[in-house]
Amino acid sequence: MGPNVTETVISCRSVSKIFGPDPVGHLARLKADPQTSSVGYVQAVRDVDLDIQRGEMLVVMGLSGSGKSTLVRCLSRLIEITGGSVTIEGQDIASLSETALIDLRRRKMGMVFQSFGLLPHRTVLDNVAFPLEMRGQDRSTRYARAREMLDLVGLKGREGYFPRELSGGQQQRVGIARSLAIEPDIWFLDEPFSALDPLIRREMQDEFLRLKGLLNKTIIFITHDFDEALRLADRIAIMKDGRIEQCDTPDQIVLHPATEYVAKFTAEIDRARVVRAGSLARPLAAVPEGDATAATLTIRDLARHLVADRRAVIPVADAEGKIIGGMDRQEALDVLLGDAK
Amino acid sequence: MTRPAARSSGMAGLLLALALFLAFGKLLLPEGLIRPPEWLVQPFADWINAAFYFLQNDLGLMALTRAFSDVVEWLLDVTANLLYGKSRWPDIGPIPWIVVAATAFMAGYALKGWRLAALSGGTFVWIALMGQWKWAMETLSVIVVAAPFSVFLGLVMGVLAWRSPRFERILNPILNIAQSLPHFAYMIPVVVFIGVGPKAGAIVTIIFSVPPMIRMTLLGLKRVPEEVIEAGKMAGSTRWQLLSRVRIPTARPEILIGVNQVIMQCLAMVVLASFIGMPGLGQKLLQLLQALKIGLSVEIGVTIVLLAVTLDRLSKAWALRLPEHDEPSARWLHRNRLLVIWLSLCIAGLVLAQFVPYLHEVERKQALSVAGPIDAAMDQVIRVIAPVTAWLRWFLITWVLIPMRDAYLWLPFTAVLALLAAVGWAIGGLRSALICLGYFGLIALSGWWDRAMITVYMVNISVLIAALIGLPLGIWAARNPPRAARILLICDTAQTFPSFIYLIPVIMLFGVNDVAVVAAVVVFAAVPIVRYTIEGLSNVPPELIEAAEMSGATRRQTLWHVRLPMALPTMLVGANQSVMFSLFMVIIAAFIGTQDLGQEMQRALSSTDVGKGLVLGFAVAVMGLMTDHLITRWSEDRKRALGF
Ligand SMILES: Nc1ncnc2c1ncn2[C@@H]1O[C@H](COP(=O)(O)OP(=O)(O)OP(=O)(O)O)[C@@H](O)[C@H]1O
Ligand SMILES: [Mg+2]
Repeated sequence: MGPNVTETVISCRSVSKIFGPDPVGHLARLKADPQTSSVGYVQAVRDVDLDIQRGEMLVVMGLSGSGKSTLVRCLSRLIEITGGSVTIEGQDIASLSETALIDLRRRKMGMVFQSFGLLPHRTVLDNVAFPLEMRGQDRSTRYARAREMLDLVGLKGREGYFPRELSGGQQQRVGIARSLAIEPDIWFLDEPFSALDPLIRREMQDEFLRLKGLLNKTIIFITHDFDEALRLADRIAIMKDGRIEQCDTPDQIVLHPATEYVAKFTAEIDRARVVRAGSLARPLAAVPEGDATAATLTIRDLARHLVADRRAVIPVADAEGKIIGGMDRQEALDVLLGDAK
Repeated sequence: MTRPAARSSGMAGLLLALALFLAFGKLLLPEGLIRPPEWLVQPFADWINAAFYFLQNDLGLMALTRAFSDVVEWLLDVTANLLYGKSRWPDIGPIPWIVVAATAFMAGYALKGWRLAALSGGTFVWIALMGQWKWAMETLSVIVVAAPFSVFLGLVMGVLAWRSPRFERILNPILNIAQSLPHFAYMIPVVVFIGVGPKAGAIVTIIFSVPPMIRMTLLGLKRVPEEVIEAGKMAGSTRWQLLSRVRIPTARPEILIGVNQVIMQCLAMVVLASFIGMPGLGQKLLQLLQALKIGLSVEIGVTIVLLAVTLDRLSKAWALRLPEHDEPSARWLHRNRLLVIWLSLCIAGLVLAQFVPYLHEVERKQALSVAGPIDAAMDQVIRVIAPVTAWLRWFLITWVLIPMRDAYLWLPFTAVLALLAAVGWAIGGLRSALICLGYFGLIALSGWWDRAMITVYMVNISVLIAALIGLPLGIWAARNPPRAARILLICDTAQTFPSFIYLIPVIMLFGVNDVAVVAAVVVFAAVPIVRYTIEGLSNVPPELIEAAEMSGATRRQTLWHVRLPMALPTMLVGANQSVMFSLFMVIIAAFIGTQDLGQEMQRALSSTDVGKGLVLGFAVAVMGLMTDHLITRWSEDRKRALGF
């Protein structure tokens, strides 16, 4: 679980973003008196503290309007934050000059936009090649690279089309190809698969997992789809009204929701598919005899085994085969069948 | 909501009572309340003249304008050589008409298809065969130079205004005034700086057609979706890259609509610039109209109309064309087939023209003419309808126009001001009342009160008649969608005609007098009323009409209680345009004999009196601005009341 190297890439300290006529003044007033009326203001992001490690995939979830897109825009400084600070690789991005910011974006960042943000007057090929063009790559190199990316997202043969001639899902894939073209270190994906059919969506997810594993990318991924989150996430952050309610690994979120809201938010999930044996393991006084199960398996994976195995406590072993604790069978069965709680 | 409304209508009533009192108590009033007294009239014209003198002589502006106009003149010479063979560098013209027609044909085909190709090719064939080639090319050669200048200037200013909100705030009122200044007001300063002739005509055309380009550029840049810009930023674009590769290309549709408007404004102005010695179709038309040669003026009129429609359709087709992919094809020939066809047509045309001079240039004596038959037909028609028009003329002049004019002139100026304040108050409270007072107060101060009242009366009567014709026509047309579409198309087409054209038929019917002017203005002003009535009525949500029908309303009740109130805000836009159009038209029509501001403006033009000309121009502009303010205000209130 988690990244191997722990090096913080992005770090937020009490980041706030307020929309309205006088955001900074409003934030100051709120600090002085939290009861201040917020009529005419939208607090899109409130006091977010977050550290994202290199190679980590952080999935951000939350209801519509909870501030997910705004948070991501704060991280990439597409919008100026009202309070707090965002640091990328140790550098406060608010202090960057315009050229330094452009340079940072050219070298490090990529983004897929919720409503695609394609340039309507450019062909698909030119859209994908656009970031490369900004980097000053010559025509043939960037077209070759763009063609490769279009192949990857399954849009071969559509290079000459214009965005308005494509379906929503195809447009979204152009957006994905555009961000893939530059292989950024830090990747912001705002509902990148929302318009895709299930088949292509799965292929794309696999592709992202592969790239992430291969190149140690840091990815911030927004989605409304829990299955997707569970497939991809190292950690999940759940937002509500601009606040991060909880940011933790999937099984921690499901097993130990920090707030009522998170509990409600995750109520519908089949917990057996999230909870892994390792997170149910408790320290053992004495190791029971018999086979141990792997910590990384989910309870769903272990279903057959749990029914058959009669031991009250089942030993759990890590990847090297070392016993790390014991899982209470009853507790595991409760997770599997849905307990009374 | 009710309390302030009640109070404001109370105040408005009070002002109205004051106006009535001043009007009916005229005999008791001191002279100073009837006409602006001498000491009140300010010498605005002298101030403006002094300012211009300063600009001209002390600021070196003369040198700058001369330099600019030299560049324009050089370009004009080049296009003049190419299009009609004026002996200037590069000395290769004139291009045979058949080649120009083929080019127009291919442009139409490339932009839209066969029908546009036939229209634009056919227009040039008509021009050539009718022996009007030289005049039409004189006109076109100016547009070809002026339009790109205006587009460029408008683009730059639009981008600047978008970059700096402060600049936009300064620019906005200037644009408002500029767009309400009648054409002639632009000509006088240009004549002072540059003199008369094609060069002056081109420059006045450039200046006149810049404002819509600025507006459309600004609009386009503001409309670019935020995510597209963000995508550009994330790709690491610099500001310049963002502007040149993301913002401006994405704003392309609006910018091209701006180009379309520039071209149409150019055409309208070029035709009118005949008043300052611009040769071409406009000058020919002016001469023929003054000589009352109806058949020949109709020929020229048809040419101008065809040219207007062609230019409008071509540039609109360009603006509205959505990008479409080409089938990938390796063959160069196939990808560039239109270009190849065009080039071969041109070469074929050039070769043919070498052997058949008729295809190079149609001599005057070879030219076709329909003037004879038109004159004959018109004689017949006029003989038949002469009693009607004569009666109409007599009736209108003796029973409507003269009494109305006398009434307007009889009113004490204080009564008019009080009345306007009352209207302003009723519509927009204190602020609007003050705006009305301020605008018309300026006219009183300018010393042109009587002339202005004649303009006001002409506009009022024309818009009134236009509404009487236009509203029923619009309501009738909106009843049935295919019919509505047809009439909208006619209105759109009619709106592309330069205003000058409208004078031909009315002079034909009524001769040269006030009735002809009013008739021309009525036709010109009725077009926007019909158009926006149809649009307003057609866009009423069908659920509302169904709901009314379900509650048992008759068709008439639905019309009066649902459709018309819902359509009112849109119809008010039409009314606004209608007033603007008639102001412009009244001023243009001055040369066929009115006694209003327009006539004085013509005099100022012939004596190149900048101060007087601009004062008169501003007097017209404030009328337009006041109407615009009141109608916009009212329409916004209605919209808010309807919950849009
Ligand atoms: N430019 C803006 N000006 C004013 N308010 C804004 C702006 N952008 C976002 N907001 C507000 O901020 C809040 C958060 O918006 P945001 O787009 O971040 O939501 P989201 O979580 O991405 O929602 P969704 O799932 O629908 O995409 C919303 O209430 C929105 O109205
Ligand atoms: Mg969003």
